[in-house]
Amino acid sequence: MATSIKKLPEIEQVLSGNGACGGCPATMALRMVGKALGPNAIMLLTPACSVASMGMTPKLGYNWPCINITFASAGSSASGISHALEIMQEKGRIEGELPTVFSWVGDGGTYDIGFQALSAAAERNENIIHFCYNNEAYSNTGVQRSGATPRGTFTTTTPTGKRQPKKNMAHMMLEHNIPYVATATVAYPADLYDKVVKAKSIKGMKYIEILAPCYLGWQFDMPDTVQLSRMAVRSGAWLLWEAENGKISFSNPTAHFINGKKTPDQVNEYLMRQGRFSRLLQGPDAKERIAEIQGDVDREIAFMRERAKITI
Amino acid sequence: MRSVTKAYRPISWPTLGAGGDTGSWRVHRPVVNHELCTKCQFCWVYCPEAVIDRKKITIDYRYCKGCGVCAVECPTGAIAMEKEE
Amino acid sequence: MKTAQVMMATGANAAALAVKSARVDVVPGYPITPQTSIMEAVAAMVENGELHARFIPVEGEHSVLAAAVAASAAGARVFTATSANGLLYMHEVLHMASGGRLPVVLCNVNRGIFAPWTLWADHQDSFSQRDTGWIQYHCSSNQEVFNTILQAFRVAEQINIPIMVNFDGFAISHCLMPLTVPAQEDIDRFLPPHQPEWRLDPNHPSSFSNVTMASEYAPFRQMLSDDIMAAIPLVKQAAQEYKDCTGMWDGDSIETYRLDDAEVVAFAVNSMAAELKLSVDILREQGIKAGLLRPRLYVPFPTEDIIQALPENAQVMVLDRNYNFGHPGGILAAELKSVLFGRRNDVIVKNRVMGIGGIDLTRRFMAEQILEMMDDKKGLL
Ligand SMILES: Cc1ncc(C[n+]2csc(CCOP(=O)(O)OP(=O)(O)O)c2C)c(N)n1
Ligand code: SF4
Ligand code: SF4
Ligand code: SF4
Repeated sequence: MATSIKKLPEIEQVLSGNGACGGCPATMALRMVGKALGPNAIMLLTPACSVASMGMTPKLGYNWPCINITFASAGSSASGISHALEIMQEKGRIEGELPTVFSWVGDGGTYDIGFQALSAAAERNENIIHFCYNNEAYSNTGVQRSGATPRGTFTTTTPTGKRQPKKNMAHMMLEHNIPYVATATVAYPADLYDKVVKAKSIKGMKYIEILAPCYLGWQFDMPDTVQLSRMAVRSGAWLLWEAENGKISFSNPTAHFINGKKTPDQVNEYLMRQGRFSRLLQGPDAKERIAEIQGDVDREIAFMRERAKITI
Repeated sequence: MRSVTKAYRPISWPTLGAGGDTGSWRVHRPVVNHELCTKCQFCWVYCPEAVIDRKKITIDYRYCKGCGVCAVECPTGAIAMEKEE
Repeated sequence: MKTAQVMMATGANAAALAVKSARVDVVPGYPITPQTSIMEAVAAMVENGELHARFIPVEGEHSVLAAAVAASAAGARVFTATSANGLLYMHEVLHMASGGRLPVVLCNVNRGIFAPWTLWADHQDSFSQRDTGWIQYHCSSNQEVFNTILQAFRVAEQINIPIMVNFDGFAISHCLMPLTVPAQEDIDRFLPPHQPEWRLDPNHPSSFSNVTMASEYAPFRQMLSDDIMAAIPLVKQAAQEYKDCTGMWDGDSIETYRLDDAEVVAFAVNSMAAELKLSVDILREQGIKAGLLRPRLYVPFPTEDIIQALPENAQVMVLDRNYNFGHPGGILAAELKSVLFGRRNDVIVKNRVMGIGGIDLTRRFMAEQILEMMDDKKGLL
């Protein structure tokens, strides 16, 4: 059973009055992460919305020690900190429980420019948590495509809609044979909280990806952030799962779609709510292109259903 | 030659309102109707800004950005978004 | 002074032994010829327990320095090494290290730059990183490599600026020379433990390098520039105190040889400068009053020391192992002229580029070059 909302800890690591847009899903998610990790943690940030949100020198909107690093290097920089803390503890220069080292990175810094360093950190099984808050674009630079942008999306660099499907990044991380991989999204805060609590307790590399519907990039109304997150899950466009030591399990409602007890909503209602797909949905070939996107969603569900059967 | 300055790094410190008094961004103001409120805390959990008191269900308007997420997520319709003057 | 250990060691091994003597905490690394031997030696020492540190075998040089600066921000003493394209791949993070005032020490084993591929020494790699805000030493012997790494840690941590210690690939990195390793007690006296006044610490949360408005950004940059200049007295002090603790001396911001009465002054860095001492002797035997001035520091450029050291009316023969593209000749000559201009109009500067891509620079060859340059009418070439 997921932790009930009323039992979530009081602590706030994201401070009120930070620089994020109103309704920001990344900030919403980071609040839950803060409740799960507590104050004894060190945060790394690559250039992204969260850096714009965190406040400008000398003000900080988060209550952790934070380090801004170069865009490509979340995996390696987090490794550096983790090793530094461990050796300093061994040498008696720091005392007490070691802080959790976590990176807070967009999909650009995870799927694209940071992929190499992240993959290498996973392969070395570094003792860190890599969070990808996935708003499916480079939002900070004005909404350009990323490897996480789904097929059909209009961004400033895909002005006729992206032709390629997104990568299954969480699955690729799973194939690094790391101890913990999870997906989450803001509409299911207790699910996210529980996953972060679990990740914190596991030694080695942890990867948690959080779908973060961004009203600016996705072009929906600001108050609907959580609605879009929920629709993504209910349509199967975003799957909620975790894998502990390679063993995959699904959270509801994704679990129902996987075991066939329920069918996900058709994806077009989810698409219809987002301006980033609207031109596509009005075009002469709308039917085929929606079918393509539905095909991508169906394929992922089928794939994860089969992949979950491999438990050794 | 001048002497060495003390290490001078670009450091920032945790503070409320790191982005300023973000309440001034608001176009609409969330107003709680306590008669309808069941204290389910949904608004509290989804508020990106951490400006809702989870026990009293009151809002810190100094920083509330007026995003309206709380109003959409409230299961009883207890939060209305009212146009700012 | 306690009993020192004397041995034969390559420059790469000298560097690794200095890392051990400095009690470094974290070493991220990635192989590239001719630097690889340093990383291999460090990895072996960590593995067999000789060095209590973490070696992080990351997947490329951008990550090497990214791990290094982050470990430094966490409070560790950090070393790494690279060469040529590895150094260029780090470029973005070099700036982060200096702007963030993180006292990492990095050995760059000089090698020519791709394209086309070459494995052998020239100085295009380190000189091309001049404006990254790192202090740069250039060393001319294995012993100096060892000594300089320890001095570099001290200066870097005093002033919170990263330092690059450069020396030539193969001629230094792979050649055996006698090496004196001072007793650990003497080194500990010289290099105190690293106690950064700021680090990433959950007990005192603070954030590093947020977006910064010009009104704050500009003073940070000015401070970095000022503090790099202020490193010169610290470099001198470190050299002097290292001598007091260990008895060894490689010069401070500059090294000179037979300079006092010289009419012809060879001016060069790294291993070729060691060889040039012998060229000076050859020229002296032929009745030419030759001498050597070797800048040990490249950044900050030791302007005042050079201006003071150069004898009156000297002809300075700058031997550059690099190109200053867009200008005839090399980078060192341009640097030198810029500092002499208006202050030492008695001095003539002549310049030749040589030894590119590792072409061997013998004492005879360089002596002949200097003789030819004496006949050059023009200042350049
Ligand atoms: C090396 C480098 N290239 C490009 C940039 C410019 N840049 C800053 S943020 C950003 C996009 C970030 O996208 P993502 O990681 O998805 O985070 P988001 O903005 O969506 O939160 C880019 C391209 C940079 N800072 N550094
Ligand atoms: S653009 Fe989107 S992700 Fe970025 S701060 Fe605004 S709402 Fe958040
Ligand atoms: S969501 Fe609505 S009912 Fe629940 S606590 Fe908030 S105001 Fe009250
Ligand atoms: S309008 Fe937005 S910021 Fe204000 S209380 Fe509601 S959810 Fe929080």
